[in-house]
Amino acid sequence: MGVVFQKTPVLTDVTLHYCPGCTHGIIHRIVAEVLEELGVAERTVGVCPVGCSVFAYKYFNIDFHEAAHGRAPAVATGIKRCQPDRIVFSYQGDGDLASIGNAEINHAAMRAEKITTIFVNNCIYGMTGGQMAPTTLVGMKATTAPLGRDSDHYGFPMKVSEMIASHDGAYYVERVSVDSTKNIIGAKKAIKKAFQYQVEGKGFTFIEVLSTCPSNWAKTPVESIKWLQENMIPAFPLGVKKDKGGEA
Amino acid sequence: MARMLMKGNEAVAEAAIACGCRYFFGYPITPQNEIPETMSKRLPEVGGVYVQAESEVASINMVYGAAGCGARVMTSSSSVGIALMQEGISYMVGAELPAVIVNMMRGGPGLGSIQPSQGDYNMSVKGGGSGDYKLLTYTPGNVQETCDLVQRAFDRAAKYRTVVQVIADGIIGQMMEPIEIKTVEPVQYDDSWASKGWDYKTGRGFDGQERPKSIINSLYIEPEELEVLTHRLFDKYAIIEKEEVMYEEYKTEGAEILFVAYGSVSRIVKNVIEVLESKGIKAGLVRPITAWPFPSEAVYNAANQDSVKKVIVTEMSAGQMLEDVRLAVRAIKPVSFYGRVGSQIPTPEEIVDFAIADLKKDEEFVLGGR
Ligand SMILES: Cc1ncc(C[n+]2csc(CCOP(=O)(O)OP(=O)(O)O)c2C)c(N)n1
Ligand code: SF4
Repeated sequence: MGVVFQKTPVLTDVTLHYCPGCTHGIIHRIVAEVLEELGVAERTVGVCPVGCSVFAYKYFNIDFHEAAHGRAPAVATGIKRCQPDRIVFSYQGDGDLASIGNAEINHAAMRAEKITTIFVNNCIYGMTGGQMAPTTLVGMKATTAPLGRDSDHYGFPMKVSEMIASHDGAYYVERVSVDSTKNIIGAKKAIKKAFQYQVEGKGFTFIEVLSTCPSNWAKTPVESIKWLQENMIPAFPLGVKKDKGGEA
Repeated sequence: MARMLMKGNEAVAEAAIACGCRYFFGYPITPQNEIPETMSKRLPEVGGVYVQAESEVASINMVYGAAGCGARVMTSSSSVGIALMQEGISYMVGAELPAVIVNMMRGGPGLGSIQPSQGDYNMSVKGGGSGDYKLLTYTPGNVQETCDLVQRAFDRAAKYRTVVQVIADGIIGQMMEPIEIKTVEPVQYDDSWASKGWDYKTGRGFDGQERPKSIINSLYIEPEELEVLTHRLFDKYAIIEKEEVMYEEYKTEGAEILFVAYGSVSRIVKNVIEVLESKGIKAGLVRPITAWPFPSEAVYNAANQDSVKKVIVTEMSAGQMLEDVRLAVRAIKPVSFYGRVGSQIPTPEEIVDFAIADLKKDEEFVLGGR
């Protein structure tokens, strides 16, 4: 019997350390499949963050740099500027990108760095145990917002894709989700387009992916998907925020 | 290159380019702005890249990315800016990345002043970032030496896969001196560790060389592994301590007073030594050219002469190198200190007066100017 389905060889055989039901794994697979399909894996350099995806370098079969918390866009800038024919991407969580690394991501977008950022928004600090993130929804509980995020005290969730899209240097920005087969297909299409633009030497491309954190949301994987659909998608509308390549 | 008159900061940039530096990431701060300014003009002319970062935090991380690709890369800043880079420096050390950092020191603490200072000695050599590490640190005394040490720094960074610093008081950056910038062909050290594209199908890097996948990383979640890394770093530091100590001895033989000073202060001390000589007091100087590794043996041996009555440390700080001198002298001779803080430059006269008075006293610690 022939093999009908195989995981992409751009992922290694190392067992993922993500919690059951965490959608980081799906996002890894989409990125890896896209790199394989575009035939660019051997000239791609990834940059992983500090956060649950800190070990992404173990899971991808490509060269990787592990960056300091929030600094992945600066590290990616350093790589791309001295190896302009390489495909360079950063993979970052919301604490990493929207909080401590807010300056780095905005300036990478402003400079129109020819890199791709995969931004995994799970509304929480996963790795450190469920503290409030800039993207935590109003009323949502976190270990540092035990009564739920109070907008009087902590303001409102940051809409990162909309912010990035406001930069003239941003070439393509889209928010996607991996909560359903349909949305996973859409997420892959967007991620592929982002990398394709980079292959063509276009400007900064940014894909925000709404993702689950069952462990810190204190929900089962199934409940988590439902919660994402009912709470995150209304707060963070999916879709293309900017596409200088046309068809937006 | 012919001999020419050049400002210290411009000379740093030209010296770096002349030894193969092609990448510079930085953020403006006085008194080192001519370094990035020169780089922004000159690097594109030689096929290199200059990027003005959004902060020193970003510039050091851009350096991290470029260094991780094996690029010959540097940044420069001054005091508060270097303070912001400490996290990135520690990461680079952990990931064993080569790069050169120039610090044209200004006054502190805080925003301090934009005038020269030597207040970053401790931050530079006692570790500014987290964890166990050391940084090979040069302390040039004039513009020519700054150029030569910047070039040496690039070589040693690549040789040892480590961050190398050149720390100079802002005077050196702003001063014009006749210099010659040598063209240096970079020595090719093994850079198969560089992470810049790897083909899982062939097991070869982007350049076609066979190698494992390369990960630039300072995370070692298992204590056993972090211990192995730290042992490796300190084995490297043991070699650096053996091979890389640099200092100048000036009229130390038979000296009654042994000065220890570095950078611009050492030039003032050389004047002091002439004045003392004219008054019949023999004095000499040990000038550290590496702050780490510190020339402890040279200081000890010079202090150990029967003729030496006093060791006097002078700094444009509140006594930071002083601690290394005390450790080196091992209490065989009294060690006095005369320093100026707040970016004040000591005059030869005040050091002469201090030295003469000090000869009749025990150990003294004086911050001049009051
Ligand atoms: C300078 C610094 N500050 C704080 C931390 C601790 N820390 C590690 S991961 C993390 C947050 C990660 O959250 P996020 O980026 O949302 O990613 P997730 O884990 O949810 O995927 C923090 C604060 C650190 N490693 N470095
Ligand atoms: S803590 Fe949350 S984000 Fe991290 S692996 Fe577990 S489920 Fe995923």
